[in-house]
Amino acid sequence: MIEAIRSAHDIVMDRDPSVVVLGEDVGYFGGVFRCTDGLQRTYGEHRVIDAPIAEGGISGAAIGMGVNGLRPIAEIQFADYIYPGFDQIVSELARLRYRSCGDFFSPVTIRTPCGGGIRGGQTHSQSPEGIFTHVSGIKVVMPSNPYDAKGLLISSIESDDPVIFFEPKRIYNGPFDGDPEKPAVSWNSHPKGEVPEGHYTVPLGQADIAREGEDLTIVTYGTLVHVAIAAAKETGVDCEIIDVRTMAPLDVATLAESVKKTGRCLVAHEATRFGGYGAELAATIQKECFYHLEAPISRVAGWDTPYPHAFEWQYFPGLKRMSAGIRRVMEAG
Amino acid sequence: MITKSRLQIPRPTARPGEEPDFSYLDLSPAGSVDKPSTDARTRDIQHLSSGLIRVLDDDHTAKGQWNPNLDTTELQVGLRWMLLNRVFDERMWQIQRQGRISFYMQALGEEAISIAQGMALRPGDMCFPSYRNQGLYMYRGVSLVDMMCQCLSNTQDMCQGRQLPIMYQSKSGNVFSVSGNLGTQYPHAVGWAMASAIKGEDHIAASWVGDGTTSEADFHHALTFAAIYQSPVILNVVNNQWAISTFQGTAAGQRRAFAARGLGLGIPGLRVDGNDFLAIYSATLWAADRARRGGGPTLIELVTYRGGAHSTSDDPTKYRPKDEWASFPLGDPIERLKQHMISEGHWSEAKHEKLIEELRVEVTTAWKKAQKYGTMTEGPWLDPGTMFDDVYAEMPQNLESQRRRMLEIERGE
Repeated sequence: MIEAIRSAHDIVMDRDPSVVVLGEDVGYFGGVFRCTDGLQRTYGEHRVIDAPIAEGGISGAAIGMGVNGLRPIAEIQFADYIYPGFDQIVSELARLRYRSCGDFFSPVTIRTPCGGGIRGGQTHSQSPEGIFTHVSGIKVVMPSNPYDAKGLLISSIESDDPVIFFEPKRIYNGPFDGDPEKPAVSWNSHPKGEVPEGHYTVPLGQADIAREGEDLTIVTYGTLVHVAIAAAKETGVDCEIIDVRTMAPLDVATLAESVKKTGRCLVAHEATRFGGYGAELAATIQKECFYHLEAPISRVAGWDTPYPHAFEWQYFPGLKRMSAGIRRVMEAG
Repeated sequence: MITKSRLQIPRPTARPGEEPDFSYLDLSPAGSVDKPSTDARTRDIQHLSSGLIRVLDDDHTAKGQWNPNLDTTELQVGLRWMLLNRVFDERMWQIQRQGRISFYMQALGEEAISIAQGMALRPGDMCFPSYRNQGLYMYRGVSLVDMMCQCLSNTQDMCQGRQLPIMYQSKSGNVFSVSGNLGTQYPHAVGWAMASAIKGEDHIAASWVGDGTTSEADFHHALTFAAIYQSPVILNVVNNQWAISTFQGTAAGQRRAFAARGLGLGIPGLRVDGNDFLAIYSATLWAADRARRGGGPTLIELVTYRGGAHSTSDDPTKYRPKDEWASFPLGDPIERLKQHMISEGHWSEAKHEKLIEELRVEVTTAWKKAQKYGTMTEGPWLDPGTMFDDVYAEMPQNLESQRRRMLEIERGE
């Protein structure tokens, strides 16, 4: 997935000289996760800019660059570090087009690795997507595989709207089914691990059906797509798994169609449960599908605590909790 | 010797009922500060951040190396726009007091900043203003009617009713949209100027914040980025002594001038008499020239005084002496330029009064016209359905359905 992300940068930078990259360690070094590796050598120091450690400054300067006709990609090294840029993202980036009636806008894409499962502790494991889906004016994206990562990132960069692009770092190097005891798997054998070399897009605002099924719909995104697939196998329940991909704006139609078919729904994300994005998913699905539901919608999510270093696997909503969630919804109603 | 730690609580020199006291302001005689070459090294011109660049002397003559030697026409242009700014503000303030707009902020006493700097910059340079830079919008071509319509949130409002009064924007005039959150525009200006340099253009950016906003993180982000990338930008601090009721010492710590805030980063600082039209013009031109020649950013502190209340929602008699402005040692920018022009033989009291009258008529005419596009109580009205536009480049499905629902409710369905 790292190579897919790197390739997306490479392709848009080659096609469009207005695309620039800035962030901590992104230039000479190529990023702490290597997602911008080699770009500075190809496109120069003026287009791949090593930034000082100031996420608020990176966000603010990127907005100004965007207003002046560039198409900046800003990397925030960990989603946990995004908060110093929060005011710039929420009060400026998201609302500039609105407040100026389209006279000014800034097509910034903010890329940021999120999620746990890498022994990152509470400052390198967060999934703050729900904080940003609450903000009108920005699009929020999270891919679950290399093919989508490249296609969605190209769409995000080419979009005139600002996008926050969350990269679940646990699946940078391969899919993860939620069992840390198993040996790591690479993307090579995964159907969506194959990434075309050239330019292609995956449209924003469209969910994907990661697994077709008849009995229960699991609505999820990011790393938990893979956990859901493993849990479907483990429980033997014929789950339809929806990979949301774009959290805002949400593809309600795909979700509703699936839940109307199965009559049961489990919503799952790694982020904390209370006030989380899953609550929005559950409320939306209930509104659209109430009379088709055979059981209450249930949620699987991170506990409402910070992400603890030593108890990472007790925190992470892995296979056990996903399977339990599936059984809970199947047994209810 | 004090043997315990202590907490410093900055206090203004005078509170209501007390004698105004500006002894804390370091002043330099007009013409006394030297004007170095625009490629001088920051370390060699540190004194410019502690002295006060002044051209207009108390005897109304223009003195020293910073005298921009503007011709009569340029001086008249400057005076006219400053006066228009003041007459406009005066009228809009009254209009707010009559309840005909919801809110207003005047630039009373600070008019020289927007106008002199607006004149010193080139049209292709991008301005990122604060909320007291209405003069920039005026000078850069936004009509009085358009500004009034913005304040009225009427059918001709450039912001379609989305912004508080005075939060203008001008794409064609290269003046950015006013945010309302303090200081956020500072890093935008730096980023904009970085882009200009990346593209190989010679346009520069300029931004303005008040003394209070220098405490915001965005101020420091902007200075850091500007210094690191030598961004072609002019960063202005309008030190008008008061941030609502917070006096400048609560931002400055009563130690060093705001102009010196960039020195540690290698950014030169110019401390300028903010009520001296000629000094502001000249300092801005110096910084712009430096930026255009690859010399990077300059921090300019404009020492002035907020002559009026912070906004129509503020009552400054609660926290500062009522007559403090009258004691401000740098006077009134309009009066000073006027007296200079009179002393040079290019202007007279009679011409001045006549100009004010003309501008008042212009403002009144504009107000009559603006009201035709709707007022707070009379139509025509903006279509409330437009509130869903421009959230995104294209309206997503959820906003389309919310818009339909809102319009149904409006129609009583």
